[in-house]
Amino acid sequence: MSSDTVIHIEHLAKRYQLGTSVEPYRTLRDTLAGWVRSPFATRSASPDAMSIWALDDVSFDVRRGEVLGIIGGNGAGKSTLLKILSRITTPTRGRARIVGRIGSLLEVGTGFHPELTGRENIFLNGAILGMSRREIVRKFDEIVAFAEVERFIDTAVKYYSSGMYVRLAFAVAAHLEPEILIVDEVLSVGDARFQQKCLGKIDDVARGGRTVLFVTHNMAAVHRLATSVVWLERGRVMSIGAPRPTIAAYLGGERTARFVAPARKDGPHVLEAEIRDAAGSAASRVLNTEPIGIWIRYVLPRRTPGVVVGIGVLSADGVPLFTSNTNDVEAAMPEAAGEYEASVTIPADVLLAGDYHVALCLWDHADLFDWHEPALSFVVEHGPSILYARSGDRKGFVHVPCAWNAPSMAPA
Amino acid sequence: MTAHSASVSVPIFEITASDVAPSLGLRELWTFRELLYFLVWRDVKVRYKQTVLGAAWAILQPVMTMAVFAIFLGRLARVPSDNMPYPLFAFAGLVPWTYFATALANGSMSIVGSQQLISKIYFPRLLVPIASAVTPLVDFALAMATLVPLLWWYGVTPGAALVFLPAFVVLAMATAFAASLWLATLTVSYRDVRYLVPFVIQFWMFATPVAYPASLVPERWRVVYGLNPLTGVVEGFRWSIAGGPPPGSMAGVSAIVVAAMLVTGLIYFRRFEGTFADVI
Repeated sequence: MSSDTVIHIEHLAKRYQLGTSVEPYRTLRDTLAGWVRSPFATRSASPDAMSIWALDDVSFDVRRGEVLGIIGGNGAGKSTLLKILSRITTPTRGRARIVGRIGSLLEVGTGFHPELTGRENIFLNGAILGMSRREIVRKFDEIVAFAEVERFIDTAVKYYSSGMYVRLAFAVAAHLEPEILIVDEVLSVGDARFQQKCLGKIDDVARGGRTVLFVTHNMAAVHRLATSVVWLERGRVMSIGAPRPTIAAYLGGERTARFVAPARKDGPHVLEAEIRDAAGSAASRVLNTEPIGIWIRYVLPRRTPGVVVGIGVLSADGVPLFTSNTNDVEAAMPEAAGEYEASVTIPADVLLAGDYHVALCLWDHADLFDWHEPALSFVVEHGPSILYARSGDRKGFVHVPCAWNAPSMAPA
Repeated sequence: MTAHSASVSVPIFEITASDVAPSLGLRELWTFRELLYFLVWRDVKVRYKQTVLGAAWAILQPVMTMAVFAIFLGRLARVPSDNMPYPLFAFAGLVPWTYFATALANGSMSIVGSQQLISKIYFPRLLVPIASAVTPLVDFALAMATLVPLLWWYGVTPGAALVFLPAFVVLAMATAFAASLWLATLTVSYRDVRYLVPFVIQFWMFATPVAYPASLVPERWRVVYGLNPLTGVVEGFRWSIAGGPPPGSMAGVSAIVVAAMLVTGLIYFRRFEGTFADVI
């Protein structure tokens, strides 16, 4: 452990008992009844029967000033790792050594009380996040200005719009000044402009020499902020290192022409999506000479005006190349509750040969309803195209049909 | 989990898989004292914002109960009251009892009720039941203020025993806190305990000399009766304010029982607090 190591993690593991309903004794009544029926039976549940290792032998070090992005699929153990480092839960095995005060932001607005005013919640939330009263007083005006809620600061937050609520909550957290900042997937809230502001704030924190650990599915954010990246999968470290190769390895891991969203009850959200070739069938390999279709099925649980469906195309290592949204054109969007299908076509001869990912997004002017990045992945292969007639390799990702004038003799 | 300082400014935290918390973490509790203040402040603020009657409720609740007791038990059933006017007798018992019942009801639900906080942020978990024992002191103070005109009305002047009053208040807090530690921890792992709590409180009230005097209990059973720590609290409270028989050995037994409940409660709570976020 070198002198500038601020987090040293050694063989960290965490086991969770699965499924609350199959747990041996959940009510006192059952426990007591169990004692009466078989008083000498061993009470401990067999640990392997219904358990899962959310973290399984994780070891790595984080140095001072490092900005570590933690990526991985659902259930990879990212949040569990943050919870252990934040001391919210204890590991089953292993140990970690942390040098410095930790501020963790695993959720925006933890401890906010709807009945209290914005002003009162700033103090309450600040104290919960570990700020002293004096510190909060000193930063109060800055927090209010950052959140842009000056006019409503003495209104109960239950009357706030969801955008205002999130802005205020993030503003408090953003003004924490711990030596180590731990941030879970909280950047996917608020509108795009506010997200940029949040990213900027994290940038400032990192540039101030403090250490940041953050979990996100937003590869653009990882690219922009992280100095190194850990990729977790099923509780294990798959790879750790510089952002670009680690992200590429993570994204390249699975190539899915079809995406089915995890079940969710509330809010407008994507149900499934598919990459379709020219013939209209699902395909993870397409030709650059043919149009590429993206089909999305989504649901509006209740009437929602102003919904926008968008896609983003990312390079193999997660750099956003371009986005396209239903409001780029004057598409009439349905507002009534129900399930809908949207499809969009990337014209032929736009994407060059290579690996690509697609992000899906659903939002309106105020809220980001749903976001999957990456949702789909596909390969573009050389078709019988003039673009590849002379060389099998072209630099870059997209072909832009630029106009060339035939060269003429330069005037002497 | 321990925290010790390498230098003044940079704390070092060791996170290990140990099950048993090695200490009470008093030093850490102290560093989080402002959070305790804010938790209490929040609960008081929310309580008085949400209820229409606000502060009046804190007074009305024991006053109405006193009226019911005075009519049915004092007047009709002719329950003795240690030569005190029965309404004063009942009210002087209800003030500490109401505090205790509220603190215990809130305390046993406190960990489950703070689920959102506990699963998302670290702070010494003990602050939650501590806040539950502190918050009802506001209502308690209002009820105490109501006691003053009542004493004046019945022409009762507190004597020198009044100096012992704070001790009984502390004993009431300790009892509520100790019982909350047990019930709050049990409620996390056994979800049916919450249905048990109202029954426990009701049962506890009948076993406590709130509506009747402890002198009704035969002399030789007094010490056993004192095993219920609230016996010492309520009798002592009444004695220090309005006279009546001193609680004597009962208060001593109560204090010992509370100390035992507190120590075991703290061990039990600290033993399981590391898993609160997982099972909650």
